[in-house]
Amino acid sequence: MTTPVTVYVPRDSAALSVGADLVAAEIERAAAEAGRSVRVVRNGSHGMLWLEPLVEVVTERGRIGYGPVEPEAVADLVAAGLLDGADHELCQGVVAELPWLRDQTRLCFARVGVTDPLSPEDYVGHGGLTGLRRALELTPAEVVAQVTESGLRGRGGAGFPAGIKWKTVLETPGELKFVCCNADEGDSGTFADRMLMEGDPFTLIEGMTIAAYAVGATEGYLYIRSEYPDAVRTMRRAIAVAREQGWLGGDVLGSGLRFDLHVRVGAGAYICGEETAMLESLEGKRGMVRAKPPIPAITGLFGKPTVVNNVLTLASVPTILADGAAAYQALGVERSRGTQVFQLAGNVARGGIFETAFGMTLGELIHTYGGGTRTGRPVRAVQVGGPLGAYLPADGLDLPMEYEAFASAGAMLGHGGIVVFDDTVDMAAMARFAMEFCAEESCGKCTPCRVGAVRGVEVIDKITAGQDPDGNLALLGDLCELMTEGSLCAMGGLTPMPVRSALLHFPDDFTARGEKSTGRYEEANS
Amino acid sequence: MASPDPSVTDRVRALVAAHRGDRGALLPILHRIQAEFGYVDSDVVPVLATELNISRADVHGVVTFYTDFRAEPAGRTVVKLCRAEACQSVGAEQLVAYAERTLGIKVGQTTPDGSVTLEQVFCLGNCALGPAGQIDERVHGRLTPARLDALVTKAVDA
Repeated sequence: MTTPVTVYVPRDSAALSVGADLVAAEIERAAAEAGRSVRVVRNGSHGMLWLEPLVEVVTERGRIGYGPVEPEAVADLVAAGLLDGADHELCQGVVAELPWLRDQTRLCFARVGVTDPLSPEDYVGHGGLTGLRRALELTPAEVVAQVTESGLRGRGGAGFPAGIKWKTVLETPGELKFVCCNADEGDSGTFADRMLMEGDPFTLIEGMTIAAYAVGATEGYLYIRSEYPDAVRTMRRAIAVAREQGWLGGDVLGSGLRFDLHVRVGAGAYICGEETAMLESLEGKRGMVRAKPPIPAITGLFGKPTVVNNVLTLASVPTILADGAAAYQALGVERSRGTQVFQLAGNVARGGIFETAFGMTLGELIHTYGGGTRTGRPVRAVQVGGPLGAYLPADGLDLPMEYEAFASAGAMLGHGGIVVFDDTVDMAAMARFAMEFCAEESCGKCTPCRVGAVRGVEVIDKITAGQDPDGNLALLGDLCELMTEGSLCAMGGLTPMPVRSALLHFPDDFTARGEKSTGRYEEANS
Repeated sequence: MASPDPSVTDRVRALVAAHRGDRGALLPILHRIQAEFGYVDSDVVPVLATELNISRADVHGVVTFYTDFRAEPAGRTVVKLCRAEACQSVGAEQLVAYAERTLGIKVGQTTPDGSVTLEQVFCLGNCALGPAGQIDERVHGRLTPARLDALVTKAVDA
């Protein structure tokens, strides 16, 4: 009997969205028909999403990739020698040697796409648990010091130093403390949290466990948005496996550490990505933002000291403990240390995950790696940092990807989500959408956000309709200032950022609309 | 107020009991009710309030805050189209307009025969493969009018 050929077909929901399940089934069927024995492994995605479904075949040369593979093409591919890694027009060569992957520094995403996400053997075999074991040899205060020295900042968008937050929780006395992971990844253009949870869930569990040890927490909650059912399923299964393995529970890795973890599912409210709204939601309430202070590190979930971190912040921690703070701190620039998982999205030829040290320019990411727009038309605008981030014009892409450089350009690096638009975009419509989105998703607690967003839509409509443009532009400016200064949280406080940046860089879209029409995308593509 | 169906009341009580040890259990319970009945009937609000020892206003406030909890059943197939920025950059608005035209309903409505509910969603986390949509529980990427038609027809026929 011959050894079965190992074939990888991703189970990531982006890959599934373009037929990966059908591809996997077709491969089993075609192989059986050809009398070949195969072992199909459902891995995470490598993040080269334009190649999905990306099928990999294990050969002596390494893992040979084929993509994008449509289910209908599988039979021909197998006949053409896919199971032996034969050449083909869809053959990408050895996947690990592709420039897109080779040029990255993958710390968070080291195992994503490589391993079977739910295999504890794969996890440990690829360096998993090294960070947690190392942490357990240190005192909690030493673990916090490692995280502080690494320079790790919150990857959810705000960029607050993780070590300082942890130190506050550690030093706040309390019988009961919590670690909460914010996986309410609602921003358009971001999918790294989802891919990590689906592609390497044990890393997040390990990161949360290290956080629990460092601050003295015994219970953890992972708040995942309901729009991510695959991530919810994967994390729940991974937690069950981790309990069986003794990685969670009453005696973590035989160290005496007690920590358990629960998945909670959101219910379609964008605002629950704001940390205090998320805590309210976890308590079973409406996702209404809390005023700060008190800060969650002192008065958090159910009033107890609570670490609230984003998925990628926590998933960065195992690496920091395993390889030391200095190694992490050596990467990056200025006050942005380590790596960031950038996400190329929207109208981009090669979209996906690109994890690299801070400091690469936005233009290099979009043009060199992203390959420009998917439509082949010129880039006109780029939104970085989600719906609350600024729009940058095509000639403003030489910004280095680091927190302070973006802040000083009136923009926001946020979580590193990058959405590309071609020259058919109507920027007044995008500004209007920012206000519309805020009106739709505002929790309603503070007036600048709840009412301001509705007024924002109205005043932009007046401007684009040509009604007293000067007066209404002045009014919009006032409104933006009020929302920025007067809102309780970033929802109302940052909605003016996309609006003002659109006005600043693309004023003609608002006031010289005569020669333009709506539906430019359709015209350009007809 | 009409008193709720006793079998529904018993079932809701059982769901609450299953989450008795959970902290802040209202959302997990509402998800279970939504999954089992397809919507959260206003009749279950007082039952939940009594079982959880909170006010009816509190329960009502939570049910109505979150988009996921429906006040009435949806169509047999639910089509959600992403209208967030990344999908807009590759023609999501045109796709939504196409769906509204061909289904003969607006976003947020259900076809008169109860077969399809069309909804908008802000981000499915499939931002590099837009326009994205979700048909029942499955996310689809690189949607075109033709692909959407085929997927909706398949779901409706299933």
